[in-house]
Amino acid sequence: MIALSAESVTVSFDGTRAVDDVTIDVTAGEVLGILGPSGGGKSTLLRAIAGLERLDAGRVSWHGDDITALPVHRRGFALMFQDGQLFPHRTVAQNIAYPLRIAGIADQPARVGGLLDLVGLAGFGDRRVTELSGGEQQRVALARSLAAKPRLLLLDEPLSALDRELRERLAGDLRRILVETGTTAVFVTHDQDEAFAVSDRVAVMIAGRVVQSGTPADVWRRPATAQIARFLGYTTVLDPHAARRVDPGAPGAVALRAAAVVVTDGGPVTATVVRSTPAVDGARVRLVVPGIGELDGVAGAGIPLAAGDVVTVRFDAAGIARLGATAEMEVPV
Amino acid sequence: MLGAGVPLAFVGIFFAWPVLAMVGRGLFVDGTLDLGGFGDVLTRPRTLRLVALTIGQAALASVICVLLGLPIAHVLYRLRFRGRWMLRALVVLPFVLPTVVVGVAFRTLLRDGGLLGGLRLDGTFAAIMLALVFFNVAVVVRTVGNTWEGLDSRQEEAARVLGAGPVRVWFSVTLPRLAPAITSAASIVFLFCSTAFGVVLVLGGSRFGTIETEIYLLTTQFLDLRAASVLSVMQLVVVVALLLLAARARGRRTAQRRVDAANAVHAPRLGDAPAIAVTLLVAVFLALPIVSLVLRSLQTADGWGLGNYIALGGTGSRNALVVPVWVALGNSLQVAVQATLIAVVIGLAASLVISRRPRSLGLRRALAGFDGALMLPLGVSAVTVGFGFLITLNQPPFDLRSSPVLVPIAQALVALPLVVRTILPVLTGIDGRLRESAAVLGSPPWRVLRDVDLAIVARPVLAASGFAFAVALGEFGATSFLSRPDRPTLPVVIFRLIGLPGGDNFGMALAASVVLAAVTVGIIALVERLRVGTMGAF
Repeated sequence: MIALSAESVTVSFDGTRAVDDVTIDVTAGEVLGILGPSGGGKSTLLRAIAGLERLDAGRVSWHGDDITALPVHRRGFALMFQDGQLFPHRTVAQNIAYPLRIAGIADQPARVGGLLDLVGLAGFGDRRVTELSGGEQQRVALARSLAAKPRLLLLDEPLSALDRELRERLAGDLRRILVETGTTAVFVTHDQDEAFAVSDRVAVMIAGRVVQSGTPADVWRRPATAQIARFLGYTTVLDPHAARRVDPGAPGAVALRAAAVVVTDGGPVTATVVRSTPAVDGARVRLVVPGIGELDGVAGAGIPLAAGDVVTVRFDAAGIARLGATAEMEVPV
Repeated sequence: MLGAGVPLAFVGIFFAWPVLAMVGRGLFVDGTLDLGGFGDVLTRPRTLRLVALTIGQAALASVICVLLGLPIAHVLYRLRFRGRWMLRALVVLPFVLPTVVVGVAFRTLLRDGGLLGGLRLDGTFAAIMLALVFFNVAVVVRTVGNTWEGLDSRQEEAARVLGAGPVRVWFSVTLPRLAPAITSAASIVFLFCSTAFGVVLVLGGSRFGTIETEIYLLTTQFLDLRAASVLSVMQLVVVVALLLLAARARGRRTAQRRVDAANAVHAPRLGDAPAIAVTLLVAVFLALPIVSLVLRSLQTADGWGLGNYIALGGTGSRNALVVPVWVALGNSLQVAVQATLIAVVIGLAASLVISRRPRSLGLRRALAGFDGALMLPLGVSAVTVGFGFLITLNQPPFDLRSSPVLVPIAQALVALPLVVRTILPVLTGIDGRLRESAAVLGSPPWRVLRDVDLAIVARPVLAASGFAFAVALGEFGATSFLSRPDRPTLPVVIFRLIGLPGGDNFGMALAASVVLAAVTVGIIALVERLRVGTMGAF
């Protein structure tokens, strides 16, 4: 059942279209990740859904009811910002209880206690929010967002301000909490690992348009265009002719990650090393492969390489994606 | 809408209209515009001398205030030591002390037999200069200090590591970042000095004056309204130019990123010694007139004693006063409470409106203009306002001439810019997404206003109230025009007592000044405990 539906939404700032004719649907209980580079209009789309931006065109509906003109505070949604935006003059418990008080919900202390347990901050209720670390603040912001059981939770880069280790741990927690609470959510991020860890489905948004959507695995395996592939971390895109050299069954172009090209003894293809840069698990290499061109590749730790060395390589299918249409895809104009 | 309408109507009726009426009276002769008055008034030798004196005086005082204020701002806002907050309070005190009290205090200090009587400065240009610096050094310290406190000291460290010596770091890294704050503070000091009234009237005698005292003399003594309004127009032009300069400087300053003050301060080092020495000297200088005032108030004809204070229960020698001084204090307190209420309600409403960031560029410009207009009462002659009240508000629809509300309204006008400058920076500092968070969580607009804006601004509002109260209590320029003889305020009474020396009157003026100063000090001490950095900063 489709819960949220944004149809042909357009938002402009000073004549520039930040969100350009975007259509997305979210089914009840689903977590939709909106993935794309910075400045691609993801946050603006999220704010438009929340009611914080005026639409220049299009409509937003909830279970079929048009809510385009409904004021922000009557939508029953929640929005969590990158830096939490906790109320500095209130304690942790008072921040979390804020939407409960607005909704006039009884039994607030118990609800707040439960939410603190849920986000792993039991006993933090009386702290001042200014004393909390960045990760703790985001946990409190999540608890506050979930407190009044919003119909839809909007998350705007909720983990981006945190350091890598914490981000990975919190991404797992976030997924667990969203699933446990059965929350319908739209999650905006520029980090593909984060998007894939948290979302049921992702929509890739570039330059104000949704250019592809599908399950994380679909998008990962079948980027629709070279542009999407590059954004997802594929370093090289090969035309159909060259593509058949690395993936004989490929119907068209393919994209390669560095991990797709492995320097190994006795590999089927000969290549010349252009340069080699040490990495934690060996080396990243730049190679020239006759008939294909320059490629990025990886080498194991045991093989010392220098520019000009002639080596052999094999291609690893796990690092190769065939570009082209999947079942659920919107082709960019 | 209401938020914008009420302050606009207030400033329009009680400021713009009286001022324009006052100005118009000079420019229109028998209903036709006659600019001949300009040439006539501006070529009088006396006018030329006073204009030159006003500008020279204000410029010199501004330079001195900046030179003294910078090292003090460094000590009070960049060094970590015990008693910092007390010193900050001491520095701001002179700014809120009633001008009349400061005038009296300087006279006791400088006259024959005073602590500095040997310097023979009484009635000289230097005396006025000392008093102007005494008043305004706080403006530089607070304004520059408030900026300095938030500057990231890592930029200086980066310059040091790149090989710049301390002097070079100061001129190439620190000073450019402080420049907007210094410009803003200096233009406000210039403004205050060039419109100084009470202190110049008390200390200047007949030889020295400003355009402001001249407007006063022209209207009250010579009844030459035409000349007075020509001077008012000139003053208005200068004031608007200075306020534009200050506003521009403020705009540039807010663009800088602030860091947590805790990361920017350090313990005093040997290199800070000159700045500390300047701070101590200025602290002594700021304390001297007050000490002198208190000492002198305890001297009576029969030696040391409380005689002058006891006399405050009476009406002075030769029946100088209509009511006992204590009654005047009661009047002052009552009027100041009313003025504070008006100033804070109007100032808060105006600040809330100005702090919005509308999408439309036109609306944003309109708000910036509104912000500037609210600063005008800072610089426009209180005498012009006071006299303007008398000529505009004495006929329907606003026949308020005999109404007791005129005095608090005039005082509120004077306090309004200070309230706005205390509250507005805090409001504009609120991240818009904080309001959005509250809205998305279900708060209707009124509730967002209450739970975010008003909750965050509560302390600054309280501080601004105290500040406004202290300023209203000491207001003299407009009040001297408007207070009714049977309901004088304390500053008016003090001025009257100085004007009729003989018997106990001067002693009573001193005792009354001490009382007024003590009340002001008490309020500011309470307000300082709120630790609102924007208070007294421009």
